[in-house]
Amino acid sequence: MINDLKNIFLLSIFLFGCSDNPLNSPYSDNKSTQNILYSSFQERPKHLDPVRSYSSNEYAFLAQIYEPLFQYHYLKKPYELIPLTATKLPEVQYLDSSFRVTKKVKNARYSKYILNIKKGILYQNHPAFFKEKSKYLYHSLGLDDLKNINTLSDFKKSSTRELLSDDYIYQIKRLADNLNHSPISGVMQEYIYGFTEYKEQLSKLNNISGEKRVSYLKNNKMLGIKKIDDFSFSIILKKPYPQFVYWLAMPFFAPMPWEADLFYSQQQLKKKNITLNWYPVGTGPFMLTENNPNLRMVLKRNGNFRGEVYPSLEDKIKNKKMYSKNKEKVIPFIDEAIFSLEKEQIPRWNKFLQGYYDNSGIASDNYDQAVSLNNSGDITLTEELKEKGIHLSMATAASTYYIGFNMLDGTVGGKSNRAKYLRQAITLAIDYEEYISIFANGRGIVAQSPIPPGIFGYQDGIKKYNKTIYSFKNKRIVKKNIEKAKILMEKAGYPNGINQKNGKPLILYFEATGSGADTYSFLNWLRKQFKKINIQLVTRVTDYNRFQEKMINGTGQIFQWGWNADYPDPENFLFLLYSKNGKVKYSGENASNYDSKDFDRLFIKMKNMRNSIEREKIIDQMLSIIQEDCPWIWGWHPKSFSLSHGWVENVESNLMANNTLKYKKIKLNSRNKNIKSWNKANFTLLYILAFLIFLLILSVFFMVRKKDREKIYD
Amino acid sequence: MINYIFKRILYAIPILIGVNLLTFTLFFVVNSPDEVARLHLGNKRVTQEQIQSWNEQRGYNFPLFFNQSETGLNVIKKTIFYEKSVKLFYFDFGISDSGRDIKYDIKQRMWPSLAIALPSLLVGLMINITFALFFVFFRATKVDYIGVIFCVALMSISSLFYIIGGQYLISKLLQLVPISGYAQGVDAIKFLILPVFISVIYGIGSGTRWYRSLFLEEIEKDYVKTAKSKGLSEVSVLFNHVFKNALIPILTGVVVILPLLFLGSLIVESFFGIPGLGSYTIDAIQSQDFAIVRAMVFLGTILYIFGLILTDISYTLVDPRVRLK
Repeated sequence: MINDLKNIFLLSIFLFGCSDNPLNSPYSDNKSTQNILYSSFQERPKHLDPVRSYSSNEYAFLAQIYEPLFQYHYLKKPYELIPLTATKLPEVQYLDSSFRVTKKVKNARYSKYILNIKKGILYQNHPAFFKEKSKYLYHSLGLDDLKNINTLSDFKKSSTRELLSDDYIYQIKRLADNLNHSPISGVMQEYIYGFTEYKEQLSKLNNISGEKRVSYLKNNKMLGIKKIDDFSFSIILKKPYPQFVYWLAMPFFAPMPWEADLFYSQQQLKKKNITLNWYPVGTGPFMLTENNPNLRMVLKRNGNFRGEVYPSLEDKIKNKKMYSKNKEKVIPFIDEAIFSLEKEQIPRWNKFLQGYYDNSGIASDNYDQAVSLNNSGDITLTEELKEKGIHLSMATAASTYYIGFNMLDGTVGGKSNRAKYLRQAITLAIDYEEYISIFANGRGIVAQSPIPPGIFGYQDGIKKYNKTIYSFKNKRIVKKNIEKAKILMEKAGYPNGINQKNGKPLILYFEATGSGADTYSFLNWLRKQFKKINIQLVTRVTDYNRFQEKMINGTGQIFQWGWNADYPDPENFLFLLYSKNGKVKYSGENASNYDSKDFDRLFIKMKNMRNSIEREKIIDQMLSIIQEDCPWIWGWHPKSFSLSHGWVENVESNLMANNTLKYKKIKLNSRNKNIKSWNKANFTLLYILAFLIFLLILSVFFMVRKKDREKIYD
Repeated sequence: MINYIFKRILYAIPILIGVNLLTFTLFFVVNSPDEVARLHLGNKRVTQEQIQSWNEQRGYNFPLFFNQSETGLNVIKKTIFYEKSVKLFYFDFGISDSGRDIKYDIKQRMWPSLAIALPSLLVGLMINITFALFFVFFRATKVDYIGVIFCVALMSISSLFYIIGGQYLISKLLQLVPISGYAQGVDAIKFLILPVFISVIYGIGSGTRWYRSLFLEEIEKDYVKTAKSKGLSEVSVLFNHVFKNALIPILTGVVVILPLLFLGSLIVESFFGIPGLGSYTIDAIQSQDFAIVRAMVFLGTILYIFGLILTDISYTLVDPRVRLK
């Protein structure tokens, strides 16, 4: 009987296509043994149009498809830019006010980037490129043409074409188009010559769309962008801006073929949700063949990809050109990557442990199951995970989280010594080491300044540190004690937290967002920190909209915020305190509205410099100004922990590079063997259950029959 | 009957307007279009110019109810209320704030929702009625008491416990089905077994108690006593008389929720990674895509009203005494 039950169960399982596959496998039989990387994503990417995309969950897909001119070397630290589709790093010329090349940097009014791209790079096959009798077949689709079309793959014919400098130029013009809502159009307006004028011209044409708009973009030049030939072009910047090259490594500057833009601009396709935001077209190693972000997203190897060489630490750049070592190792190694939507932690974690996902992060709920501290106090994997051959990789993110003071506020803001002492006292009172231990499972490091590790100018808290909070005692850097904070409170005019002027207790307000249990625990913790120096902290929890409104109007007092690096340069962090970026006055990213003439002067000097001892000195001066003024409570830099199974090769922590899928390699035999041994169905409980149900039915039958025969009616 | 249905449809209009006004007030008066735009444009480097352009592109730059800068019908038509709410009445759900056609997405996502909801309803119905009949058969005995306690216990446990417990037991320990996921066609079955099983178990407590009370109410009636006095067996009375008459409230209770099955379950779909309308709604709430939330609230109201009309019609079919006027 047990065998019969088993057969029935197996038969039902076979009905839905499983044979050799474990019963709990979420993949079909033919997929499980192929050269595919399996992973998950938690949140649907909002935008896949490189002109708009600006978040890491979008870059996880986009960066595998689109190729900007440059990329970060996968293995080298500190982060190093290398050519991707470019033949070499850009040649930068300085121009005087008459646009003539000058070698004197002091005379430089403009800077010019000359960019050359490799020949022979092909786009993925796409219907937008397909021509019939020298006419694009799918550029003017009617209702009848779209009867059986629901996704991009329903188009029967597709073609490719070579990457041209026009495509990069076209994309820069798209950045200027208001209708595309590019988040960096404001920044580029500041730098690219002619960008503002082009943007203004386009904004007058908001009523034209589709083919006419594409045609406008294609045929009208932007003053600062010049096509030299099919494979080279130049960009003129309004002022020297060395960080510009980092922008050129971001998907914003990926090439966009006008054919694709025109194809997707057709209204009938938009009604079927076939848009550029949903179906990217790139030259990268992968192409998005299935985009169902409510279920899964599938990236397949782009058959037209030129092939790239796996990087090595011995790679060198000479005369701006890249010389690779591993000529024989051609990437990508995998044929496909399947990303499944997994919103909840529990299924995501369990599927990783079952081997159905090749990699995983560590959620706070799974932290204890994943890692532990060894005898020497280092973080290590638990025995269970070690036995499975799982690897842990750790890296500190180029991010910072901080608590900011609104410098426009009458109590905590301003340039007076009173307010400065108050801010210093609060900064001293807050124990971020405790915060990291409680709320981040120890996954973070205390910040000395806005600059995180891995970025030039970072203060490690050992050789260089924040002298307002730490002092050097007995050959060690130690945090000043709470008594020092109390003295500062007295100097600020709030002895024991009482305002000397009116005798009332000092009450401060913290603007918070979020509503979960974590938020309330954090707020309780924060109140206790303020209580150490007898400040009553009132927390005002609100939704993100209200919070933003308060920040924009400058009505908030104390708040928490964070910043992820756009590129690995200190300018990208220090600009958060530059007065011309003030949130209230200039709608910039300086949320605390900090305004210091000395800091601004040094910032302007530092931002156009290349990394050097002189630049480091200036950064140190800038940091000592802000450490003294305390517009922020220097919070923490998060550490990223990620796990991968032993069968995944070439896993490196590089938090600036997004196009890392092409480097990953899977040992298929090892994966298949482990998955089978870890996922053997256990029928015992099922048999017991079936037996119990059988007994129950039998006893019910007899009970009913007995009662029915009694014929006792109530 | 046609007159009755027509009347009911007319009654539905003020309800729909009310719901529409309420959701409009919630989404547009509480949150200004600028705030919505800021949410969708992201946290970094958002300028006022971009916000304005985003609003213009989506028609959020119009006044809320009256456009005084326009003339004629455009005074009403060129408003956010007309653009975003009135159009719902002719099923023009428009474009979501993330730029996708909502009607197309709803059409795609209602089927996975139905794939879970329909078997859960049918299997649950059979099991709940069976248990209810069993407890009624042994009414006022230890079996009944224990059964009721068991049902109350089942009802008292959070649905999350069933989901997490089910995933742990069936998928992790016994490794019989995938923990989560979905596939098209026949491949979907292995992903549906666990959510359907959990939905059924979760519904047993409340369902059984509800049907038990319906049967008990019926069993107290005079015709049951007559049947018993004629010497019919308990089983025969229960199935041939009580069950048939109790079918009227059961049927109407089921019919009213039938249209709502398309809307799916918020929690189950989210935990099992089912791309249905339940997770569509919860995603929209989380990402504050108000265009989708408005459309789903409107659709939910229409389906509920439709369910109520169906219930009334089903009354006439199962109970000859009821006539719709």
